[in-house]
Amino acid sequence: MTILLAEPDPAFEPFRLLDRDGSLRDEAAVEPDIAMVEEMHEAMLRARRVDERLLSLQRRGDLGTFAPVKGQEAAQIGSISCIGDEDWFVPSFREMAAALWRGQSLVDLLVATAGWNEGLATRQDARNLPPAIPVASQLPHAVGIAHAGRLRGEESVVLTYFGDGATSEGDFHEALNFASVLNAPVVFFCQNNGWAISTPRARQTGSRTLCQKAHAYGISAAQVDGNDLLAVRAVTREAVRRAREEGRPSMIEALTYRMEVHTTADDPTRYRDDDEVEKWRARDPINRVQALLKARDQIDDEMIAALESQIEDEINKAWDDAKEQIRELEDGVPDAIFDHVFREPTAELDRQRDLFAKLERRDDG
Amino acid sequence: MNDAADKNGMGRESAGNERHGKTMVEAINRALREVMEEDERVVVIGQDVGVDGGVFRVTDGLIDEFGSDRVIDSPLAESAIAGVSIGMALNGLRPVAEMQFSGFSYLAFAQVEGHAARLRWRSRGGLGVPMVVRMPYGAGVRALEHHSESREAFYGHVPGLKTVIPASPRRAHALLHAAIRDPDPVIFMEPKALYRSFREDLPEAPDEAEIGRARIVQQGEALTIIAWGAMLRPVLKAAARLAEEAGEVAEVIDLETIAPIDAPAIADSVSRTGRLLIVTEAPLSYGPAGEVAMRAIEGAFFSLRAPICRVTGWDTHVPFFAREQSYLPSPQRIFDAARELLKH
Ligand SMILES: Cc1ncc(C[n+]2csc(CCOP(=O)(O)OP(=O)(O)O)c2C)c(N)n1
Ligand SMILES: [Mg+2]
Repeated sequence: MTILLAEPDPAFEPFRLLDRDGSLRDEAAVEPDIAMVEEMHEAMLRARRVDERLLSLQRRGDLGTFAPVKGQEAAQIGSISCIGDEDWFVPSFREMAAALWRGQSLVDLLVATAGWNEGLATRQDARNLPPAIPVASQLPHAVGIAHAGRLRGEESVVLTYFGDGATSEGDFHEALNFASVLNAPVVFFCQNNGWAISTPRARQTGSRTLCQKAHAYGISAAQVDGNDLLAVRAVTREAVRRAREEGRPSMIEALTYRMEVHTTADDPTRYRDDDEVEKWRARDPINRVQALLKARDQIDDEMIAALESQIEDEINKAWDDAKEQIRELEDGVPDAIFDHVFREPTAELDRQRDLFAKLERRDDG
Repeated sequence: MNDAADKNGMGRESAGNERHGKTMVEAINRALREVMEEDERVVVIGQDVGVDGGVFRVTDGLIDEFGSDRVIDSPLAESAIAGVSIGMALNGLRPVAEMQFSGFSYLAFAQVEGHAARLRWRSRGGLGVPMVVRMPYGAGVRALEHHSESREAFYGHVPGLKTVIPASPRRAHALLHAAIRDPDPVIFMEPKALYRSFREDLPEAPDEAEIGRARIVQQGEALTIIAWGAMLRPVLKAAARLAEEAGEVAEVIDLETIAPIDAPAIADSVSRTGRLLIVTEAPLSYGPAGEVAMRAIEGAFFSLRAPICRVTGWDTHVPFFAREQSYLPSPQRIFDAARELLKH
């Protein structure tokens, strides 16, 4: 008798449509929707510039810790553009580009990053969750939201984001398993950016790919070049379609790269080589879309410059407005710290709020 | 404040370029290094503890000295960090696990509560789990959500766990040695606001530190103030002002061990002073201050001359950093509470 312990599945081939020089591969049987590509290009550029501004404001001391998005713009915009207002966006903590696409106000983002809870005030009718900082903790929520949507007779889909590191947490595995058992219409979108703080992808898991983990749960999956806007969009559209029409979950692993620090509290020179960053700089997702648009005569350097300056104006205006709001908050009552612990304040919280106010008055006097 | 602090083993403020002494980060690093040199069974495990040296650099350089078998950069999974550490402890090692922030230690809670704390009891003494779980905790460093809480009550409430909080570099050095020597699981909570806020000279050999003993930081007779971790600093400021402005000398006690609590030390001090003020950045309700107060009532009720007073964090989540200081007990609040107590 031979006992067979089967080897793990072979590697996936990352799906790709757009080459680095902007030329389309044969797989792209149909011509891309150029108007849509232009809109996505603008969103990617805006995210890049917002990221840079956040970083410089943080370095100046005006903002607190945040997780830059640089390098992951195609992964986020290519995927988030596939869902509509009736669908849900369930992010982790690095999805600034996707959040802006979903209508997050830049002013609010700045106010939150400057350390004010008010910046995260969420509209109840908008199907966007605030950032989830505990890694992978949002993934079970995505499953629950999707299941509830189905029970309520909706055809909505949930698109949830997480990183390569997140695939090691129990919540990831539990969420995938539930999604499979419940047939929940969820798209699990993994941005494999190569690193979880200082832990390289190769030391995070012995699996050859991250998306093969989905197979263990009976969930279909694909690996895609995460810096290829068109490929990300094509794969995500199919996953969203499956979720909506067939009520089935899927997982996408987008191969991308974190070109910046993990967060502003991090020093990547301790654990990774500049060579690697340089290698990925050559694969910059924004350059690739610009090459495509130029090859189609849709954009030239002058138009890009005009767009850049329009974005710069937007950011300047947003920062002015944010500063104005922050000044108002600074002048406001600090007992806002007692707001929203519950829908109705408890008697005990009111008692503490009164005590707080009394102490504040004493401090002033 | 500086003088009083120095005399009392609370170090000096790190002023300007002064590089005198060690920060708490350096002190913990040194303790780990010393223990790892002495005892081959000691291993360090956690997220980013190796090549990166830990996100606060607490484990800086250890991987170069002791190799990646003993300084383990783990995958991103708190439950397994704790569970694997339990396994290593069961099989002859002395793991020191790091939770990157206490706010993520809850993912490991089932392992810690369900097994680390219980295996000795379950096996009728046959098994033991000599492990330490280190975790930075507390507010005051302008951190993101989940990075600022003080939930020592969670751990103090679990039978079979010891929970320790150092308040200075020198105490961190001594207490970590004691924690790693301890035959039972120890939760070692590091007040991250003190990681680099002041320096202290470290002795050649670590000071004596006994887990389960509170420490008198400043002797006095007007009232007893009990605090721990980062709250010791504002307490000493308030106590100095009290001495200056009111001529009243407070007895200041660093609780140091949350569990097992040093009930005799609390009773002894309060029976001498007759007044007790407890200061903690944990939320008020069901918090550690309530436990301390009850020990004073049980052990020194008839000596009490005033109602026991608590100055704590509020029963809210720690606000985003712009309003963090409104949440934390300030020297002013502590001073006012002490003045109020002294009216009785
Ligand atoms: C449960 C939990 N453990 C630890 C952390 C600290 N932490 C924040 S981000 C991060 C790495 C995440 O890596 P990955 O999932 O690849 O996402 P990326 O940061 O690369 O976007 C860690 C360890 C956390 N936020 N939550
Ligand atoms: Mg990552």
